[in-house]
Amino acid sequence: MALLQLSEPGQTPDPHARRIAVGIDLGTTHSLVAAVRHGVAECLPDGQGEGQGRVILPSVVRYLDHNRRQIGFDARDAQAEDPENTIASVKRFMGRRLADLVGHERLPYRFVDQPGMVAIATRAGVKTPVEVSAEILATLRHRAEDTFNDDLFGAVITVPAYFDDAQRQATKDAAQLAGLNVLRLINEPTAAAVAYGLDNASEGLYAVYDLGGGTFDISLLRLQRGVFEVVATGGDAALGGDDFDQALADWALAQAHRGADTAHDKRAVLVAARAAKEALTEAADTLLTCNLSGQPVSVPVSRAQFDAITRPLIDRTLAAVRKVLRDARLKRDEVAGVVMVGGSTRMPAVQAAVGELFGRVPLTNLNPDEVVAVGAAIQANALAGNGRDGELLLLDVIPLSLGLETMGGLVERVIERNTTIPVAKAQDFTTFKDGQTAMAIHVVQGERELVADNRSLARFELRGIPPMVAGAARIRVTFQVDADGLLSVAARELGSGVEASVVVKPSYGLADDQIAGMLKDGFASAEADMVARSLRESRVEAERMTLATRAALAADGELLTEAERQAIEALLVDLARIAAGEDHAAIDSAVERLAEGTESFAAARMNRGIQAALTGRKLNDL
Amino acid sequence: MTPAMKLSDDDFTLFGLPQRHALDRSELDERWRALQSQVHPDRFTSEGAASQRLAMQWAVRVNEAYQRLKDPLKRGAYLCELRGAAIDADNNTAMPSAFLMQQMAWREALDDAADADAVRQLDDTVAADEHALLATLERTLDQQGEPRAAAQQVRALMFVARFRDDIHRRLDALDP
Repeated sequence: MALLQLSEPGQTPDPHARRIAVGIDLGTTHSLVAAVRHGVAECLPDGQGEGQGRVILPSVVRYLDHNRRQIGFDARDAQAEDPENTIASVKRFMGRRLADLVGHERLPYRFVDQPGMVAIATRAGVKTPVEVSAEILATLRHRAEDTFNDDLFGAVITVPAYFDDAQRQATKDAAQLAGLNVLRLINEPTAAAVAYGLDNASEGLYAVYDLGGGTFDISLLRLQRGVFEVVATGGDAALGGDDFDQALADWALAQAHRGADTAHDKRAVLVAARAAKEALTEAADTLLTCNLSGQPVSVPVSRAQFDAITRPLIDRTLAAVRKVLRDARLKRDEVAGVVMVGGSTRMPAVQAAVGELFGRVPLTNLNPDEVVAVGAAIQANALAGNGRDGELLLLDVIPLSLGLETMGGLVERVIERNTTIPVAKAQDFTTFKDGQTAMAIHVVQGERELVADNRSLARFELRGIPPMVAGAARIRVTFQVDADGLLSVAARELGSGVEASVVVKPSYGLADDQIAGMLKDGFASAEADMVARSLRESRVEAERMTLATRAALAADGELLTEAERQAIEALLVDLARIAAGEDHAAIDSAVERLAEGTESFAAARMNRGIQAALTGRKLNDL
Repeated sequence: MTPAMKLSDDDFTLFGLPQRHALDRSELDERWRALQSQVHPDRFTSEGAASQRLAMQWAVRVNEAYQRLKDPLKRGAYLCELRGAAIDADNNTAMPSAFLMQQMAWREALDDAADADAVRQLDDTVAADEHALLATLERTLDQQGEPRAAAQQVRALMFVARFRDDIHRRLDALDP
């Protein structure tokens, strides 16, 4: 059924108005961009080599002199040679403080312990993980723009399901910094399920086991006729292929009675360990070789030895799988299929362990490196309004409980983990002292009972509460989580009506004007280009809105009185006149006026949709 | 055409289900997916900010009702409230002594449980008891029509649910 048709018969939209939307998998080890072209979602290759090119972009950024930088393969190849200025696996630092990074002293970077989020000193200055990630995203954005020879309308960016609010916010900041319009953040396993499910027309309960370079996710999803419902999700935001490299490197150093103390040596042994790990996917034995402080090191390693060294890491993933099944109150034999995602699932020991736990052979028929980006592209296309209506709906959950600090440093949970989003929930609190006029609100995320064991997301104060005896004030705190999984919190004293609110941006989240400043500095185009681009975007939006309104009038016009209809017609005429001009701000406000003017019409149409859902009838039958 | 749906309609009306405790879970799930397919903000990405806000409100309301309806305990408590019997668990802590004795025995069993298998066994026992209590609650609400008695049963079930949460926390600790 079509609530929204983008075109009526005889009024096809201008082909140039098709919105180009991409899906981006911003991975720990490598990143990809995909888009729907000619009805098929596929990863976009770089311009290297005639006809083919490479779809993978290593997530590595090297800072050079004179504000130059290398991103991708060149940077990756320079890691051992210039380790301090070549940042790899930056995703593990997103939204983290130095104290959060277990084993950071083994990494070759000069970390700067900033409040909120750690940064790294390079020859080009101190860089935050957000800025480094933005370099990768901007590279992919340019790749897509070159492919289509046009501006992007927006992007869907994937994050591990287990990312907390701070990590999601950091990812969104990076995208904004790279000049991308973020249509949605979606969870990597959900994206994989979209790609997989649509490909195989599957129904039922699926487990997605996603072991990437630096993160591990396990999600249970129910697939049913285009609706992808996340039932439960869990995992470990600091466990991935990098840890397998590190474990093998540590073992090899011990075998060779050697140490790796310099930045160069640390990187060299990790690169060698990674190569040995990859070789062991095919071979039963290999040789780990590298140069440490000019001395060659060579350690033979068998697959059986590697499996034994890394078994504790695999066991950690299996424990997370059992926990998520417990959370969902599901038994492992209810799972109809297990989808493997992430390059690390190529390891034979991982496939064997997962197969054993579920009692079935995991599905590996899609490329585990590409499947997340492909799923994100399908969702991006749908969100941009290019897909057929009613084709795809993702119903995601929050991965970690959200709550407030109460007396004694305890957490009062407001929204439990695995609750479907969007969600809003209110809880009432009161004052504990006579005459108390302010209340501190401390928002935390996590499953532990003590505030100190959870992640602190935001603090704010509700002031101006009229003085009352203790326990008389009624303070309602409302949590709202949007479809991106991002939280905003509001507090209101019900008697007096005083209120305060925050969009939860952790203290290190970049302020909007900071982002605007950084955009000017380098990532976006020159100012004249910006104006032309804004005007083009505003006109596209005006055209979209006009077509959507006309289609709605054609489909449901009888819901309106003659006067209401004429008021909407007047707004349409007004918008058409202004859109012919050059003032993008004026066009934007005319679009907003049309949006406001059609609000009650939209409400009436939504109502009709609900009635249809309940009766199971098509809209047209009503 | 049927009368307009409102955000303030009760959960059962919103989902087009009879106002009773007995419920077909697959029918509820089906309704939920159908409603979200109509109101989710992603369905209105081309329609401007006003529609987005409205869709967000509806999607939140539908999810709220779904969370309440799918949980038999929350559904029972909600029905009691709808029928004028407040749960008010904070001010109604009195429980029959046999029930309290049972709770204490379970708590001791949890403290004494030596390993994950023992905890799982206890969980099975408690789950069976919870199941029986829920069946009683359903009869009290749907056949006997006694919301006040049902509210007392809901309060007892809240004890059991909290205890099962403790069991699961213990299991999480034993299987890190």
